[in-house]
Amino acid sequence: MGKPIIEFENFGFKYRSQVNPTLYDINLTIEEGEKVLIVGPSGSGKSTLAHCLNGLAPNSYKGDITGSLKIKGESVATQDVFERSKLVGTVLQDPDSQFIGLTVGEDIAFSLENDCTSQANMLDRVEEVSHMVDMEGYLDSSIHQLSGGQRQRVALGGVMVDDVDILLFDEPLANLDPATGKHAISLIDRIKKETNKTVVIIEHRLEDILYRTVDRIIVVNEGRIVKDATPNQLLATSVLDDNSIREPLYIKALKYAGCEITPEIQPENINSIQLYSCKNQLVEWFESVNFDANSKHVEPGLELKNVSFSYQSDQEIISNVSFSISKGEMVSIVGKNGAGKSTLSKLICGFEKPSAGKILLGGEEITNNTIKERASKIGMVMQNPNHMISKHLIFDEVAFGLKLNGITEDEIKERVEKTLKLCGLHPFRNWPISALSFGQKKRVTIASILVMEPEVLILDEPTAGQDFRHYTEIMEFLIELNHLGVTIIMITHDMHLMLEYTPRAIVIANGEKIADDTAVNILTDEVIISKANLKETSLFELAIRAGFKNPREFVQRFIDYDREVRRTWQ
Amino acid sequence: MAVEMLSFIDRKSPIHQLTGATKLVCFLLWSFAAMLTYDTRILVLLFIASLLIFKISKIKVREIAFILILILTFLLINNIAIYVFAPQQGVAIYGTKHILLQLVGNYDVTAEQLFYHLNITLKYFVVIPAALLFIVTTNPSEFASSLNRIGVSYRIAYAVSIALRYIPDIQRDYRTIALAQQARGVDLSRKEKLPTRIKNAASIVLPLIFSSLDRIEIISNVMDLRGFGKNKKRTWYRNRPFQKGDYIAISLLLLLLIISLVVTFYDGNRFYNPFV
Repeated sequence: MGKPIIEFENFGFKYRSQVNPTLYDINLTIEEGEKVLIVGPSGSGKSTLAHCLNGLAPNSYKGDITGSLKIKGESVATQDVFERSKLVGTVLQDPDSQFIGLTVGEDIAFSLENDCTSQANMLDRVEEVSHMVDMEGYLDSSIHQLSGGQRQRVALGGVMVDDVDILLFDEPLANLDPATGKHAISLIDRIKKETNKTVVIIEHRLEDILYRTVDRIIVVNEGRIVKDATPNQLLATSVLDDNSIREPLYIKALKYAGCEITPEIQPENINSIQLYSCKNQLVEWFESVNFDANSKHVEPGLELKNVSFSYQSDQEIISNVSFSISKGEMVSIVGKNGAGKSTLSKLICGFEKPSAGKILLGGEEITNNTIKERASKIGMVMQNPNHMISKHLIFDEVAFGLKLNGITEDEIKERVEKTLKLCGLHPFRNWPISALSFGQKKRVTIASILVMEPEVLILDEPTAGQDFRHYTEIMEFLIELNHLGVTIIMITHDMHLMLEYTPRAIVIANGEKIADDTAVNILTDEVIISKANLKETSLFELAIRAGFKNPREFVQRFIDYDREVRRTWQ
Repeated sequence: MAVEMLSFIDRKSPIHQLTGATKLVCFLLWSFAAMLTYDTRILVLLFIASLLIFKISKIKVREIAFILILILTFLLINNIAIYVFAPQQGVAIYGTKHILLQLVGNYDVTAEQLFYHLNITLKYFVVIPAALLFIVTTNPSEFASSLNRIGVSYRIAYAVSIALRYIPDIQRDYRTIALAQQARGVDLSRKEKLPTRIKNAASIVLPLIFSSLDRIEIISNVMDLRGFGKNKKRTWYRNRPFQKGDYIAISLLLLLLIISLVVTFYDGNRFYNPFV
């Protein structure tokens, strides 16, 4: 047993702008050198807990604290954010917007500059830290030119430079492609082992964090700690499922098969789990699940023929990409950060003009159509809802596009109401948008595109920043739309999403199409996985470990079965 | 790709090698010189010097063409406005009246007025290249520290430098939002009537403000968490000590300022008068 370093005692926090507290009765002790994961659905209070830990609450986010918080045995009630930053180093979730310096060296040095460290000491210390986070040799590089993973390392370096005792990671995996996320987890693990710092991670992508061991998982919901257990203990309970947090897929599969999960079989990692008698149960379950290979009718939808694109004379960003998506299909486009996925969607919407090749919709060429002409048929939902919302009230926002197109008031009213009902937003129609959660805002943006009745809907990371419950809601809603005949294309980093919801996936790497196959085939193909920075699914691993001859089919059946189950509890 | 206006252009040149603080001081001295004088001889001299400095900096005119055209447009408007509101200003200044072309009312074209306009235009031409050069040859990393070095509080210096830094980001946001709104049928082209276009532009400005506010919240949290504003002073990772070149540059500019002041005020008048 180590020394306690963080002690929350009957701790509560209420934001000044809110009526009810966000956190209640938090009793939590974290020991020196521990690695703790805090999980919880959106709005559970896990981010507030992080703010209380790093001092942003109550210093920047005003509010009232009840109970006590001690760090290193001392009460920190009167500490300001500066003193706290010497104890707790925070890496925020968005790797793009948390940089202050322009170059790697400057950004790492920022905190030292504020401490009035002499320039000579600063240069040494920055050099030292850059080795720790594997960024030596990049000190003069511009941060904008780095990859997502490198940026995260710089952000980590920026807090490591202070020699803090506690490292706090607020959703470190958000916005990273799957393979980069894996590297980030390994790096956190390595730093923790080398320096024996206390690590607190806040994240809802549980399975990805468990890629490396954590000592404890704290489940937070509705402002309280629901469970505080080791991963093995936690996975043996139904706490995750009850609190809308996604269980690792292999655990889910084992539960479907009726296997009993106990802490003794070490369920925390797909490589550590002991399957014993579960193997037979898995086989039995596999055979009992029906497999319907329904083939759909094929009508031409969206077609790209040898499309290339480059900005002026620079190198090609998209080179010679061809694919055809039938009407009513649901397809995901995946690939690493910066592979050209977003550019592809811009080409389809007409935001950019291809330098070569053709784009067809329903058999007709639309390559030279303007944005506006395409907009009536192709709708695009941006990743960040704040980039789209321009009205105060939900109704007005959804009606905006129709108004611009000169549709009569009566028809607008009818279509908007219909769309709002479809999106589950009808009860809120006269609410101000600012009162909505991030997930609801996303729905508003989807509704505002949907109301235009597009044939093709393109969504950029539709589920980013959503917890499992909202994720399921949004995706089931998209499936419904899809059944109504809307062709849906999703650009995503989320392997679960691709596997579960899109039968087909197109993989882009360095501007080229490297695969176009079923999601299951792609996520079980090592070559494509490594080329496109994807991540294999633990289900495949499970199937192999359980001795299935055709592990791909196992994965497929699980997906079909799981979707059916979740549709009922929704 | 995006035309990024007024961003740092990295070259190897003697101008780039000067520290940010030196360039700032030189730019201020230069501006004083240009602002205080109306002496045509000095202005011509400064103009030729500024062309030379521009040449030395290895910045191409093409790279700043957009902003240059913008400023020249303003210059033109400025000249027209002066002529409209004070067509005989030159006569008042130089005390003589050589009419070149008879026009209605007070609007006779005089040699004095044209000369006055020439002087104003020259002033622009002296200051603009220097200002642009200062911006595009100063590494943004050094910008805040150079302001700080000449006595501006580091908080204000940093605020200015961050604001400048975010210009490209905000331009990018603007483009994303504009595209998203155009895809919903917002027409920003000349096909729409002006009132509608203004209303439509609002549909881009509002999301831009909100996304910028988000950005501000994040960056101010990050700065808090990393101790910005804790002490009265701070040090700078990218500080460069003054070198010989810096001292030479500042001395030259000081000399220039003194000479221009002496020449300008020698005869007790800011204006060089060729008419008497």
